[in-house]
Amino acid sequence: MKQLTVAGKVLTLLFAAVFLVACSSKDTKDDSAAADAAAAEAAARSAAERAALEDAAMAEQRLQDAVTAVGNVFYFDYDSSTLKPQAQAALDAHIELLRTNDRSVRLEGHTDERGTREYNMALGERRANTVRDYMVVNGIASFRIETVSYGEEQPIAYGSGEANWSQNRRVELK
Amino acid sequence: MKHLTAVLVATVVALATISARAELVIEITQGMDNPTAIAVVPFAWQGGGSAPEDVAQVIDNDLARSGQFDPVGRGDMLARPSTQQEVFYRDWRAINTEYVLIGRASVTGQVQMRIEYELFDVNRQARVLSGYEEGHVNEARMLAHRVADEVYETLTGIPGAFATRLLYVSVTRNPGGKDFYRLTLSDSDGARPIVLLESREPIMAPSWSPDGKHIAYVSFETSRPAIYRQELASGARVQLTNFRGLNGAPAWSPDGNSMAMVLSKDGNPDIYLMDLRTRELTQLTRHYAIDTEPTWMPDGRSILFTSDRGGRPQIYRYDLRTGATERLTYEGSYNARARVAQDGRNLVMVHQAGGQFHIALQDLVTNRLQILTSTDLDESPSIAPNGSMVLYGTKSGDRGILAAVSVDGGVKFRLPAREGDVREPAWSPYMSR
Repeated sequence: MKQLTVAGKVLTLLFAAVFLVACSSKDTKDDSAAADAAAAEAAARSAAERAALEDAAMAEQRLQDAVTAVGNVFYFDYDSSTLKPQAQAALDAHIELLRTNDRSVRLEGHTDERGTREYNMALGERRANTVRDYMVVNGIASFRIETVSYGEEQPIAYGSGEANWSQNRRVELK
Repeated sequence: MKHLTAVLVATVVALATISARAELVIEITQGMDNPTAIAVVPFAWQGGGSAPEDVAQVIDNDLARSGQFDPVGRGDMLARPSTQQEVFYRDWRAINTEYVLIGRASVTGQVQMRIEYELFDVNRQARVLSGYEEGHVNEARMLAHRVADEVYETLTGIPGAFATRLLYVSVTRNPGGKDFYRLTLSDSDGARPIVLLESREPIMAPSWSPDGKHIAYVSFETSRPAIYRQELASGARVQLTNFRGLNGAPAWSPDGNSMAMVLSKDGNPDIYLMDLRTRELTQLTRHYAIDTEPTWMPDGRSILFTSDRGGRPQIYRYDLRTGATERLTYEGSYNARARVAQDGRNLVMVHQAGGQFHIALQDLVTNRLQILTSTDLDESPSIAPNGSMVLYGTKSGDRGILAAVSVDGGVKFRLPAREGDVREPAWSPYMSR
């Protein structure tokens, strides 16, 4: 899907370049001029093509890099489903990238081990829903987002104590 | 309190076909102050070859695990009678034994086992109980548990709950990959574990039908939580729900006809009731807060559940006839996942105190609250059908283990697995024979 979108943009730019070149070469008089024009046309075409490709690829890469830099895990405070500023900034990078494609995402909500398992299932769902709602408000269609809660069933860190717990209170974007 | 520091370790014998990982080991950590001294004399085996099961040892372990009995060691016995004629009270007075249980086991036909037993009161010099149990030889342990139930009831006035079973979830960690989850069925002493379901995705919330013939649980095997119902005898199972969001905490009604559950298909978690014949759903609670963990009052007229509608999780009661909801717990800022004893009076739950999660008991008549456990991260309490013990999940080091405490807090034992984590115990109702 991602590739198609980029290709689409490149094609559009390519057509535009060809059209411009075709217009400018309308009144050519002789063969050499025609040959020059053809060469210029080819050069312009390949330059435009390269530029378009580079621009799109770079833009895509920039967004992808931003997403890679922030990671796909958003952390929460104890017994809270409020999006923290850091998580919000990270999520913004994902939203930017998701706007350029039509990929579907799955948001998996998790909690630490404190509290009962079923209550934590509900808390994990609240966290996933918070992330979903933020994405929807920022223009990502809700049908592209699936949410599922795992409660405390799939910890990243098995031990107790805040150092472990803080790693487990999270929403993972997949 | 009498602390038995790992004095009694009942080792679980696994059948060859059974995953050794699911085995539980029982360690009694605290018994009663003045347990009754009882001698369970090895039963005479009246069949060919060796006895299929040490019936007396199973009974001995059951009574010891209750914390109310202090069984006499076999090495301390001055005699090993197996008939009334062979019982001499002076042999037992000499070692301060209050009761003596003797018996005989035999196999009739190829597979039918018969256990005869007699219980004597040493002080009164009288036989106080005699009887027999019969069944398939493969059920020898269950027959022994039934004898223990009879002895327990005769001496305490409370029906025994040894001839019952447990469900629990165990997890084997798989660093760098997906964990292995198992749903296991065992005897009440952890023996004879049978893996009912194995999955790379979480398994949760096992629960029993009131007749003990079916179970329900939540499995993520489709990559989303769904409630399943399974018949124990045949293994046949049905997926009951597949809604968007939470599909959790199945709880059978006492009449077996319907199931309370948590669904969040309409946006946030509420309690629903499913008619198990028509699969028709009725929404019971309707609140923007978290409503979860439904459990039935034994009379089937109301459902208790956890809700944070007051800001923090507390236990509420929903009256099925009037639709009225009342809050039941006020002490502490976290009370959740209630279970109610068959007497309808003792409510056990997870209670937070001093930052730790303990199992607490609230008397629904006096509303007095008693904290039963002193460990942290205690959860998922399940009450024995006779109301005497509470089984729950807790943590030991970084491993999940099962533990039990008597409803008066006086008796405690632990059931760690040989390997991996164990959690979410569900004690069966009395099993029909």
